[in-house]
Amino acid sequence: MSVEPPRISLQDLHFTVDGRAILQGITLEVAPGEVLCVMGLSGAGKSTILRCIAGLVPATQGQIRIDGTDIVGLKERDLLPIRAKMGVVFQYAALFDSMNVYENIAFGLLRGPRRAEFCKRPKAEIARLVAEHLEVVGLPGIERRMPSELSGGMRRRVGLARALATEPEIVLYDEPTSGLDPVTAAAIDDLILETRAAKGVTSIVVSHDMSSIFRIADRVLMLYDGKAQIYGTPAEVRASPDPVVQQFIRGETQGPIQARRQ
Amino acid sequence: MSSPSPEQESNLAVEAVGVFEDVGETATKIVRRTLVRVFEYLGELVNLLWQALRSLRQGIHLGDLMRLFGSVGTESLPIVLLTVGFSGAVLALYTVGSLNNLGIGNLLGGIVALSIFRETGPLITAVTLVARVGSGITAEIGAMKTTEQIDALRAMGISPITYLVVPRLLACLVMAPAVTLFGDFAGILGGGMIAVNQGQTSRLFIDSIRQSLDPGGSDIREGLLKALVFGGIIALIACREGLESKGGAAGVGRSTNRAVVFAIILVFAADFVLTWLFKAKAVVG
Repeated sequence: MSVEPPRISLQDLHFTVDGRAILQGITLEVAPGEVLCVMGLSGAGKSTILRCIAGLVPATQGQIRIDGTDIVGLKERDLLPIRAKMGVVFQYAALFDSMNVYENIAFGLLRGPRRAEFCKRPKAEIARLVAEHLEVVGLPGIERRMPSELSGGMRRRVGLARALATEPEIVLYDEPTSGLDPVTAAAIDDLILETRAAKGVTSIVVSHDMSSIFRIADRVLMLYDGKAQIYGTPAEVRASPDPVVQQFIRGETQGPIQARRQ
Repeated sequence: MSSPSPEQESNLAVEAVGVFEDVGETATKIVRRTLVRVFEYLGELVNLLWQALRSLRQGIHLGDLMRLFGSVGTESLPIVLLTVGFSGAVLALYTVGSLNNLGIGNLLGGIVALSIFRETGPLITAVTLVARVGSGITAEIGAMKTTEQIDALRAMGISPITYLVVPRLLACLVMAPAVTLFGDFAGILGGGMIAVNQGQTSRLFIDSIRQSLDPGGSDIREGLLKALVFGGIIALIACREGLESKGGAAGVGRSTNRAVVFAIILVFAADFVLTWLFKAKAVVG
Protein backbone atom coordinates (compact mmCIF):
# COMPACT_ATOMS: atom_id res chain seq x y z
CA MET A 1 0.00 0.00 0.00
CA SER A 2 1.49 3.34 -1.01
CA VAL A 3 1.41 6.15 1.53
CA GLU A 4 0.94 9.63 0.12
CA PRO A 5 3.89 11.86 1.04
CA PRO A 6 3.03 14.81 3.28
CA ARG A 7 2.40 18.16 1.62
CA ILE A 8 3.91 20.04 4.56
CA SER A 9 6.25 18.61 7.16
CA LEU A 10 8.02 20.35 10.01
CA GLN A 11 10.98 18.65 11.64
CA ASP A 12 12.28 19.96 14.98
CA LEU A 13 11.37 23.55 14.08
CA HIS A 14 12.85 26.24 16.30
CA PHE A 15 12.34 29.98 16.04
CA THR A 16 14.13 32.44 18.28
CA VAL A 17 13.90 36.21 18.23
CA ASP A 18 16.05 38.54 20.36
CA GLY A 19 17.17 35.53 22.42
CA ARG A 20 13.54 34.56 23.17
CA ALA A 21 12.52 31.06 22.05
CA ILE A 22 9.12 31.35 20.33
CA LEU A 23 9.01 27.84 18.85
CA GLN A 24 10.93 24.95 20.39
CA GLY A 25 11.18 21.75 18.41
CA ILE A 26 7.85 21.51 16.57
CA THR A 27 7.47 18.39 14.47
CA LEU A 28 4.35 17.63 12.42
CA GLU A 29 3.09 16.50 9.04
CA VAL A 30 0.13 17.72 7.02
CA ALA A 31 -1.16 15.36 4.33
CA PRO A 32 -2.59 16.65 1.03
CA GLY A 33 -6.14 17.90 1.55
CA GLU A 34 -5.82 17.82 5.33
CA VAL A 35 -7.01 20.65 7.59
CA LEU A 36 -4.65 21.24 10.52
CA CYS A 37 -5.83 23.63 13.21
CA VAL A 38 -3.28 25.29 15.46
CA MET A 39 -4.53 26.53 18.81
CA GLY A 40 -2.90 27.94 21.88
CA LEU A 41 -2.72 30.93 24.17
CA SER A 42 -2.03 34.39 22.77
CA GLY A 43 1.70 34.70 22.17
CA ALA A 44 2.20 30.92 22.07
CA GLY A 45 3.75 31.11 18.59
CA LYS A 46 0.72 30.17 16.46
CA SER A 47 1.12 32.96 13.89
CA THR A 48 4.89 32.42 13.92
CA ILE A 49 4.43 28.85 12.66
CA LEU A 50 2.40 30.17 9.71
CA ARG A 51 4.99 32.87 9.00
CA CYS A 52 7.79 30.26 9.06
CA ILE A 53 5.88 27.97 6.66
CA ALA A 54 5.20 30.90 4.31
CA GLY A 55 8.92 31.76 4.46
CA LEU A 56 8.17 35.24 5.81
CA VAL A 57 10.51 34.73 8.76
CA PRO A 58 13.54 32.43 8.74
CA ALA A 59 13.42 29.42 11.06
CA THR A 60 16.34 29.34 13.47
CA GLN A 61 16.74 25.57 13.32
CA GLY A 62 15.01 22.53 11.84
CA GLN A 63 13.36 21.73 8.53
CA ILE A 64 10.20 22.93 6.80
CA ARG A 65 9.43 20.76 3.80
CA ILE A 66 6.77 21.83 1.31
CA ASP A 67 6.15 19.05 -1.20
CA GLY A 68 9.55 17.64 -0.25
CA THR A 69 11.53 20.91 -0.66
CA ASP A 70 13.19 22.22 2.49
CA ILE A 71 12.54 25.97 2.46
CA VAL A 72 14.71 26.85 5.48
CA GLY A 73 17.56 29.07 4.31
CA LEU A 74 16.13 29.52 0.79
CA LYS A 75 16.60 32.93 -0.79
CA GLU A 76 13.55 35.08 -1.54
CA ARG A 77 13.67 34.32 -5.28
CA ASP A 78 13.99 30.57 -4.64
CA LEU A 79 10.84 30.73 -2.50
CA LEU A 80 8.81 32.01 -5.50
CA PRO A 81 7.77 28.58 -6.84
CA ILE A 82 6.75 27.53 -3.32
CA ARG A 83 4.73 30.70 -2.78
CA ALA A 84 3.08 30.28 -6.18
CA LYS A 85 1.14 27.36 -4.75
CA MET A 86 0.38 29.03 -1.44
CA GLY A 87 -2.21 31.54 -0.22
CA VAL A 88 -1.99 33.37 3.10
CA VAL A 89 -4.96 34.92 4.89
CA PHE A 90 -3.54 37.48 7.33
CA GLN A 91 -5.00 38.15 10.75
CA TYR A 92 -5.86 41.77 9.92
CA ALA A 93 -6.39 41.06 6.19
CA ALA A 94 -3.34 43.14 5.12
CA LEU A 95 -5.28 44.56 2.17
CA PHE A 96 -3.36 47.05 0.01
CA ASP A 97 -4.99 50.25 1.18
CA SER A 98 -4.12 52.24 -1.94
CA MET A 99 -6.14 49.81 -4.09
CA ASN A 100 -9.84 49.09 -4.24
CA VAL A 101 -11.27 45.63 -3.59
CA TYR A 102 -11.13 44.63 -7.28
CA GLU A 103 -7.48 45.65 -7.59
CA ASN A 104 -6.60 43.87 -4.34
CA ILE A 105 -8.00 40.57 -5.58
CA ALA A 106 -6.79 40.93 -9.18
CA PHE A 107 -3.31 41.98 -7.99
CA GLY A 108 -2.14 38.47 -7.15
CA LEU A 109 -3.42 37.22 -10.51
CA LEU A 110 -1.86 39.93 -12.68
CA ARG A 111 1.38 40.51 -10.76
CA GLY A 112 2.03 37.20 -8.99
CA PRO A 113 4.16 34.25 -10.15
CA ARG A 114 1.37 33.10 -12.53
CA ARG A 115 0.97 36.54 -14.16
CA ALA A 116 2.03 35.27 -17.59
CA GLU A 117 -1.00 32.95 -17.57
CA PHE A 118 -3.53 35.47 -16.21
CA CYS A 119 -2.34 38.53 -18.18
CA LYS A 120 -3.20 36.71 -21.42
CA ARG A 121 -6.81 36.38 -20.35
CA PRO A 122 -9.30 39.11 -21.28
CA LYS A 123 -10.12 41.74 -18.65
CA ALA A 124 -13.70 40.51 -18.50
CA GLU A 125 -12.52 37.08 -17.39
CA ILE A 126 -10.40 38.56 -14.60
CA ALA A 127 -13.41 40.63 -13.55
CA ARG A 128 -15.53 37.46 -13.55
CA LEU A 129 -12.96 35.64 -11.39
CA VAL A 130 -12.88 38.54 -8.90
CA ALA A 131 -16.69 38.70 -8.80
CA GLU A 132 -16.91 34.93 -8.29
CA HIS A 133 -14.54 34.98 -5.33
CA LEU A 134 -16.34 37.93 -3.75
CA GLU A 135 -19.58 35.99 -4.16
CA VAL A 136 -17.98 32.96 -2.47
CA VAL A 137 -17.06 35.02 0.62
CA GLY A 138 -20.51 36.59 0.68
CA LEU A 139 -19.57 40.07 -0.49
CA PRO A 140 -20.89 40.43 -4.05
CA GLY A 141 -20.68 43.77 -5.84
CA ILE A 142 -18.16 45.56 -3.62
CA GLU A 143 -15.37 45.66 -6.23
CA ARG A 144 -15.11 49.46 -6.35
CA ARG A 145 -15.01 50.02 -2.59
CA MET A 146 -11.77 50.95 -0.87
CA PRO A 147 -10.53 48.90 2.12
CA SER A 148 -11.02 51.93 4.39
CA GLU A 149 -14.76 51.78 3.60
CA LEU A 150 -15.08 48.18 4.82
CA SER A 151 -15.71 46.80 8.31
CA GLY A 152 -13.11 44.53 9.95
CA GLY A 153 -15.08 41.39 9.07
CA MET A 154 -15.53 42.47 5.44
CA ARG A 155 -11.82 43.25 5.13
CA ARG A 156 -10.99 39.79 6.42
CA ARG A 157 -13.33 38.18 3.90
CA VAL A 158 -11.82 40.22 1.06
CA GLY A 159 -8.41 39.01 2.29
CA LEU A 160 -9.77 35.48 2.07
CA ALA A 161 -11.07 36.07 -1.47
CA ARG A 162 -7.65 37.48 -2.44
CA ALA A 163 -5.85 34.42 -1.07
CA LEU A 164 -8.22 31.98 -2.81
CA ALA A 165 -8.30 33.83 -6.17
CA THR A 166 -4.95 32.45 -7.29
CA GLU A 167 -6.28 28.92 -6.67
CA PRO A 168 -3.55 27.90 -4.23
CA GLU A 169 -2.91 24.28 -3.30
CA ILE A 170 -2.05 25.27 0.29
CA VAL A 171 -3.82 27.99 2.28
CA LEU A 172 -2.55 29.34 5.60
CA TYR A 173 -5.26 31.07 7.65
CA ASP A 174 -4.31 33.31 10.57
CA GLU A 175 -7.42 33.56 12.76
CA PRO A 176 -9.87 33.77 9.85
CA THR A 177 -13.01 33.87 12.02
CA SER A 178 -12.00 35.90 15.07
CA GLY A 179 -14.19 38.96 15.48
CA LEU A 180 -16.80 37.68 13.02
CA ASP A 181 -20.42 37.01 13.93
CA PRO A 182 -21.22 33.27 14.45
CA VAL A 183 -23.10 32.94 11.15
CA THR A 184 -20.30 34.48 9.07
CA ALA A 185 -17.70 32.49 11.04
CA ALA A 186 -19.58 29.26 10.25
CA ALA A 187 -19.75 30.30 6.57
CA ILE A 188 -15.95 30.74 6.55
CA ASP A 189 -15.57 27.28 8.13
CA ASP A 190 -17.79 25.82 5.40
CA LEU A 191 -15.69 27.62 2.79
CA ILE A 192 -12.48 26.04 4.14
CA LEU A 193 -14.11 22.61 3.92
CA GLU A 194 -15.55 23.33 0.46
CA THR A 195 -12.16 24.35 -0.96
CA ARG A 196 -10.76 21.10 0.40
CA ALA A 197 -13.62 19.07 -1.08
CA ALA A 198 -13.60 20.83 -4.46
CA LYS A 199 -9.88 21.31 -5.07
CA GLY A 200 -8.10 19.20 -2.46
CA VAL A 201 -6.66 22.32 -0.83
CA THR A 202 -4.43 21.68 2.20
CA SER A 203 -5.10 24.14 5.01
CA ILE A 204 -3.44 25.22 8.21
CA VAL A 205 -5.79 27.30 10.33
CA VAL A 206 -4.69 29.24 13.40
CA SER A 207 -7.71 29.80 15.59
CA HIS A 208 -8.97 30.40 19.12
CA ASP A 209 -12.50 29.36 18.20
CA MET A 210 -13.00 25.89 19.74
CA SER A 211 -16.30 25.15 17.97
CA SER A 212 -14.74 26.10 14.63
CA ILE A 213 -11.61 24.00 15.32
CA PHE A 214 -13.59 20.87 16.21
CA ARG A 215 -15.87 21.39 13.19
CA ILE A 216 -13.19 21.64 10.51
CA ALA A 217 -9.96 20.05 11.82
CA ASP A 218 -8.57 16.71 10.71
CA ARG A 219 -5.76 17.23 13.17
CA VAL A 220 -5.15 19.70 15.97
CA LEU A 221 -1.88 21.07 17.30
CA MET A 222 -1.89 22.88 20.62
CA LEU A 223 1.09 25.10 21.30
CA TYR A 224 2.05 25.92 24.86
CA ASP A 225 5.23 27.79 25.73
CA GLY A 226 6.48 27.30 22.15
CA LYS A 227 6.17 23.51 22.34
CA ALA A 228 3.57 21.07 21.03
CA GLN A 229 1.40 20.32 24.08
CA ILE A 230 -0.70 17.91 22.04
CA TYR A 231 -0.87 16.93 18.36
CA GLY A 232 -3.60 14.60 17.24
CA THR A 233 -7.12 14.20 15.91
CA PRO A 234 -9.94 16.29 17.44
CA ALA A 235 -11.20 13.16 19.23
CA GLU A 236 -7.75 12.53 20.72
CA VAL A 237 -7.51 16.15 21.86
CA ARG A 238 -10.96 16.02 23.46
CA ALA A 239 -10.10 12.79 25.25
CA SER A 240 -6.67 13.97 26.37
CA PRO A 241 -6.09 13.62 30.12
CA ASP A 242 -3.58 16.52 29.98
CA PRO A 243 -4.94 19.18 32.40
CA VAL A 244 -3.41 22.02 30.29
CA VAL A 245 -5.30 20.81 27.20
CA GLN A 246 -8.51 20.32 29.16
CA GLN A 247 -8.32 23.77 30.77
CA PHE A 248 -7.69 25.36 27.38
CA ILE A 249 -10.49 23.64 25.46
CA ARG A 250 -12.98 24.24 28.28
CA GLY A 251 -11.87 27.86 28.69
CA GLU A 252 -11.60 27.54 32.45
CA THR A 253 -9.91 30.22 34.53
CA GLN A 254 -8.58 27.83 37.18
CA GLY A 255 -5.96 25.24 36.32
CA PRO A 256 -2.33 24.66 35.42
CA ILE A 257 -2.26 27.48 32.83
CA GLN A 258 -3.35 30.02 35.42
CA ALA A 259 -0.92 28.55 37.99
CA ARG A 260 1.95 28.79 35.49
CA ARG A 261 1.11 32.41 34.70
CA GLN A 262 1.12 33.32 38.39
CA MET B 1 46.14 73.96 54.83
CA SER B 2 49.28 71.92 54.25
CA SER B 3 50.59 71.43 50.70
CA PRO B 4 50.37 67.88 49.27
CA SER B 5 53.34 65.62 49.74
CA PRO B 6 55.33 64.53 46.62
CA GLU B 7 53.72 61.08 46.94
CA GLN B 8 50.19 62.59 46.92
CA GLU B 9 51.11 64.75 43.92
CA SER B 10 52.36 61.70 42.07
CA ASN B 11 49.09 59.83 42.84
CA LEU B 12 47.04 62.80 41.57
CA ALA B 13 49.06 62.86 38.36
CA VAL B 14 48.47 59.13 37.85
CA GLU B 15 44.71 59.60 38.43
CA ALA B 16 44.61 62.53 35.97
CA VAL B 17 46.39 60.45 33.33
CA GLY B 18 43.87 57.64 33.98
CA VAL B 19 40.92 60.01 33.45
CA PHE B 20 42.40 61.30 30.18
CA GLU B 21 43.03 57.73 29.02
CA ASP B 22 39.41 56.77 29.81
CA VAL B 23 38.07 59.83 27.94
CA GLY B 24 40.35 59.09 24.99
CA GLU B 25 39.32 55.41 24.87
CA THR B 26 35.63 56.25 25.07
CA ALA B 27 35.94 58.91 22.35
CA THR B 28 37.86 56.49 20.11
CA LYS B 29 35.18 53.82 20.64
CA ILE B 30 32.39 56.26 19.78
CA VAL B 31 34.16 57.48 16.64
CA ARG B 32 34.97 53.91 15.57
CA ARG B 33 31.40 52.73 16.19
CA THR B 34 30.00 55.71 14.29
CA LEU B 35 32.32 55.14 11.34
CA VAL B 36 31.49 51.42 11.26
CA ARG B 37 27.75 52.27 11.35
CA VAL B 38 28.17 54.82 8.53
CA PHE B 39 29.96 52.28 6.33
CA GLU B 40 27.39 49.59 7.20
CA TYR B 41 24.60 51.96 6.21
CA LEU B 42 26.29 52.87 2.92
CA GLY B 43 26.80 49.13 2.32
CA GLU B 44 23.08 48.52 2.88
CA LEU B 45 22.23 51.24 0.34
CA VAL B 46 24.62 49.75 -2.23
CA ASN B 47 23.10 46.31 -1.59
CA LEU B 48 19.59 47.71 -2.11
CA LEU B 49 20.74 49.36 -5.35
CA TRP B 50 22.24 46.05 -6.49
CA GLN B 51 19.04 44.17 -5.71
CA ALA B 52 17.01 46.80 -7.55
CA LEU B 53 19.27 46.55 -10.62
CA ARG B 54 18.93 42.75 -10.57
CA SER B 55 15.15 43.09 -10.30
CA LEU B 56 15.08 45.15 -13.51
CA ARG B 57 15.30 41.82 -15.39
CA GLN B 58 11.79 41.01 -14.19
CA GLY B 59 10.45 44.01 -16.10
CA ILE B 60 8.83 47.26 -15.04
CA HIS B 61 5.13 47.95 -14.75
CA LEU B 62 4.67 51.03 -16.93
CA GLY B 63 1.45 52.09 -15.18
CA ASP B 64 3.22 52.25 -11.81
CA LEU B 65 6.17 54.09 -13.33
CA MET B 66 3.99 56.74 -15.01
CA ARG B 67 2.04 57.31 -11.79
CA LEU B 68 5.33 57.80 -9.93
CA PHE B 69 6.74 60.10 -12.62
CA GLY B 70 3.69 62.24 -11.90
CA SER B 71 3.99 62.22 -8.12
CA VAL B 72 7.80 62.59 -8.02
CA GLY B 73 8.17 64.98 -10.95
CA THR B 74 5.08 66.86 -12.07
CA GLU B 75 3.64 67.33 -8.59
CA SER B 76 7.01 68.52 -7.21
CA LEU B 77 7.48 71.06 -9.99
CA PRO B 78 5.57 74.02 -8.46
CA ILE B 79 7.44 73.90 -5.15
CA VAL B 80 10.81 73.41 -6.92
CA LEU B 81 10.12 76.38 -9.21
CA LEU B 82 9.27 78.50 -6.17
CA THR B 83 12.22 77.46 -4.00
CA VAL B 84 14.90 77.66 -6.71
CA GLY B 85 13.28 80.79 -8.19
CA PHE B 86 13.49 82.57 -4.85
CA SER B 87 17.05 81.31 -4.31
CA GLY B 88 18.09 82.84 -7.65
CA ALA B 89 16.43 86.11 -6.68
CA VAL B 90 18.13 86.16 -3.26
CA LEU B 91 21.49 85.37 -4.85
CA ALA B 92 21.08 88.29 -7.23
CA LEU B 93 19.98 90.57 -4.40
CA TYR B 94 23.08 89.73 -2.35
CA THR B 95 25.57 90.16 -5.19
CA VAL B 96 24.17 92.98 -7.32
CA GLY B 97 25.17 95.78 -4.90
CA SER B 98 28.75 94.57 -4.41
CA LEU B 99 29.26 93.96 -8.14
CA ASN B 100 27.93 97.41 -9.02
CA ASN B 101 30.23 99.00 -6.40
CA LEU B 102 33.20 97.19 -7.95
CA GLY B 103 32.09 98.29 -11.43
CA ILE B 104 31.51 94.73 -12.63
CA GLY B 105 27.71 94.68 -12.47
CA ASN B 106 27.73 93.21 -15.98
CA LEU B 107 28.93 89.86 -14.46
CA LEU B 108 25.73 89.39 -12.44
CA GLY B 109 23.98 87.11 -14.94
CA GLY B 110 26.99 84.83 -15.23
CA ILE B 111 27.46 84.56 -11.48
CA VAL B 112 23.79 83.77 -10.90
CA ALA B 113 23.70 81.23 -13.76
CA LEU B 114 26.89 79.42 -12.74
CA SER B 115 25.79 79.25 -9.13
CA ILE B 116 22.30 78.03 -10.05
CA PHE B 117 23.32 75.45 -12.66
CA ARG B 118 26.26 74.00 -10.76
CA GLU B 119 25.18 74.20 -7.16
CA THR B 120 22.06 75.95 -5.96
CA GLY B 121 19.63 74.43 -8.47
CA PRO B 122 20.49 70.76 -7.92
CA LEU B 123 20.93 71.20 -4.14
CA ILE B 124 17.76 73.17 -3.43
CA THR B 125 15.79 70.82 -5.70
CA ALA B 126 17.22 67.79 -3.88
CA VAL B 127 16.33 69.21 -0.45
CA THR B 128 12.82 69.95 -1.72
CA LEU B 129 12.52 66.40 -3.10
CA VAL B 130 13.79 64.93 0.19
CA ALA B 131 11.06 66.80 2.05
CA ARG B 132 8.26 66.16 -0.44
CA VAL B 133 9.08 62.85 -2.12
CA GLY B 134 11.52 61.06 0.20
CA SER B 135 9.39 61.49 3.30
CA GLY B 136 6.31 60.39 1.33
CA ILE B 137 8.01 57.22 0.07
CA THR B 138 9.20 56.26 3.57
CA ALA B 139 5.82 56.94 5.14
CA GLU B 140 3.99 54.94 2.45
CA ILE B 141 6.31 51.92 2.51
CA GLY B 142 6.63 52.12 6.32
CA ALA B 143 2.84 52.07 6.73
CA MET B 144 2.70 49.07 4.38
CA LYS B 145 5.37 47.33 6.44
CA THR B 146 3.67 47.86 9.79
CA THR B 147 0.26 46.71 8.47
CA GLU B 148 1.71 43.47 7.01
CA GLN B 149 1.12 44.64 3.42
CA ILE B 150 4.79 43.99 2.60
CA ASP B 151 4.42 40.46 4.01
CA ALA B 152 1.26 40.06 1.93
CA LEU B 153 3.23 41.02 -1.19
CA ARG B 154 5.96 38.48 -0.35
CA ALA B 155 3.40 35.80 0.45
CA MET B 156 1.85 36.41 -3.00
CA GLY B 157 5.27 35.80 -4.57
CA ILE B 158 5.76 39.47 -5.45
CA SER B 159 9.13 40.98 -4.53
CA PRO B 160 8.83 44.28 -2.61
CA ILE B 161 12.06 45.32 -4.35
CA THR B 162 10.52 44.82 -7.80
CA TYR B 163 7.12 46.27 -6.92
CA LEU B 164 8.10 49.14 -4.60
CA VAL B 165 11.79 50.02 -4.83
CA VAL B 166 12.52 49.75 -8.57
CA PRO B 167 9.79 52.12 -9.84
CA ARG B 168 10.52 54.67 -7.10
CA LEU B 169 14.25 54.53 -7.81
CA LEU B 170 13.69 54.95 -11.57
CA ALA B 171 11.19 57.77 -11.02
CA CYS B 172 13.66 59.65 -8.81
CA LEU B 173 16.59 59.02 -11.19
CA VAL B 174 14.64 60.37 -14.16
CA MET B 175 12.61 63.12 -12.54
CA ALA B 176 15.26 64.65 -10.21
CA PRO B 177 17.38 65.93 -13.17
CA ALA B 178 14.25 66.89 -15.14
CA VAL B 179 12.79 68.91 -12.28
CA THR B 180 16.23 70.39 -11.53
CA LEU B 181 16.47 71.69 -15.10
CA PHE B 182 13.13 73.48 -14.76
CA GLY B 183 14.23 74.77 -11.35
CA ASP B 184 17.47 76.09 -12.86
CA PHE B 185 15.54 78.22 -15.33
CA ALA B 186 13.24 79.46 -12.55
CA GLY B 187 16.34 80.45 -10.52
CA ILE B 188 17.79 82.38 -13.45
CA LEU B 189 14.43 84.02 -14.05
CA GLY B 190 14.32 85.03 -10.36
CA GLY B 191 17.85 86.46 -10.60
CA GLY B 192 16.98 88.21 -13.87
CA MET B 193 13.92 89.88 -12.36
CA ILE B 194 16.07 91.29 -9.55
CA ALA B 195 18.70 92.42 -12.07
CA VAL B 196 16.09 94.30 -14.09
CA ASN B 197 14.59 95.67 -10.90
CA GLN B 198 18.06 97.00 -9.94
CA GLY B 199 18.45 98.82 -13.24
CA GLN B 200 20.17 96.27 -15.50
CA THR B 201 18.76 95.53 -18.92
CA SER B 202 17.62 91.98 -19.61
CA ARG B 203 19.99 91.95 -22.62
CA LEU B 204 22.99 92.66 -20.34
CA PHE B 205 21.91 89.90 -17.94
CA ILE B 206 21.45 87.32 -20.73
CA ASP B 207 24.75 88.29 -22.45
CA SER B 208 26.55 87.81 -19.13
CA ILE B 209 25.05 84.32 -18.81
CA ARG B 210 26.11 83.44 -22.37
CA GLN B 211 29.68 84.59 -21.80
CA SER B 212 30.05 82.81 -18.45
CA LEU B 213 28.59 79.40 -19.16
CA ASP B 214 30.70 76.76 -20.87
CA PRO B 215 29.56 76.66 -24.52
CA GLY B 216 29.95 72.85 -24.39
CA GLY B 217 27.26 72.72 -21.70
CA SER B 218 29.50 71.19 -19.03
CA ASP B 219 28.09 73.48 -16.30
CA ILE B 220 24.55 72.32 -16.96
CA ARG B 221 25.67 68.71 -17.43
CA GLU B 222 27.56 68.60 -14.13
CA GLY B 223 24.55 70.06 -12.31
CA LEU B 224 22.25 67.47 -13.83
CA LEU B 225 24.68 64.67 -12.98
CA LYS B 226 24.55 65.88 -9.38
CA ALA B 227 20.75 65.83 -9.54
CA LEU B 228 20.85 62.25 -10.86
CA VAL B 229 23.01 61.11 -7.93
CA PHE B 230 20.83 63.04 -5.45
CA GLY B 231 17.71 61.40 -6.91
CA GLY B 232 19.24 57.95 -6.40
CA ILE B 233 20.26 58.77 -2.83
CA ILE B 234 16.79 60.07 -1.95
CA ALA B 235 15.00 57.02 -3.38
CA LEU B 236 17.35 54.44 -1.84
CA ILE B 237 17.33 55.98 1.65
CA ALA B 238 13.56 56.55 1.59
CA CYS B 239 12.86 52.95 0.48
CA ARG B 240 15.39 51.46 2.89
CA GLU B 241 13.96 53.32 5.88
CA GLY B 242 10.40 52.40 4.85
CA LEU B 243 11.24 48.71 4.50
CA GLU B 244 12.97 48.70 7.89
CA SER B 245 10.08 50.44 9.71
CA LYS B 246 8.73 48.76 12.79
CA GLY B 247 6.63 49.68 15.78
CA GLY B 248 3.34 51.03 14.40
CA ALA B 249 2.57 54.67 13.66
CA ALA B 250 5.32 55.95 15.97
CA GLY B 251 7.81 53.69 14.18
CA VAL B 252 6.77 55.05 10.78
CA GLY B 253 7.25 58.58 12.15
CA ARG B 254 10.74 57.70 13.37
CA SER B 255 11.64 56.11 10.02
CA THR B 256 10.42 59.14 8.11
CA ASN B 257 12.44 61.41 10.36
CA ARG B 258 15.57 59.28 9.85
CA ALA B 259 15.03 59.16 6.10
CA VAL B 260 14.85 62.95 5.83
CA VAL B 261 17.88 63.52 8.08
CA PHE B 262 20.05 60.83 6.45
CA ALA B 263 19.06 61.85 2.92
CA ILE B 264 19.92 65.51 3.56
CA ILE B 265 23.28 64.58 5.10
CA LEU B 266 24.15 62.21 2.26
CA VAL B 267 23.00 64.66 -0.43
CA PHE B 268 25.27 67.37 0.98
CA ALA B 269 28.17 64.91 1.37
CA ALA B 270 27.69 63.69 -2.21
CA ASP B 271 27.50 67.30 -3.38
CA PHE B 272 30.89 67.97 -1.77
CA VAL B 273 32.47 64.85 -3.31
CA LEU B 274 31.05 65.53 -6.78
CA THR B 275 32.08 69.20 -6.70
CA TRP B 276 35.57 68.10 -5.65
CA LEU B 277 35.73 65.64 -8.55
CA PHE B 278 34.45 68.15 -11.10
CA LYS B 279 36.88 70.77 -9.81
CA ALA B 280 39.79 68.31 -9.97
CA LYS B 281 38.79 67.47 -13.54
CA ALA B 282 38.61 71.17 -14.44
CA VAL B 283 42.08 71.81 -12.97
CA VAL B 284 43.58 68.79 -14.74
CA GLY B 285 41.79 69.73 -17.96
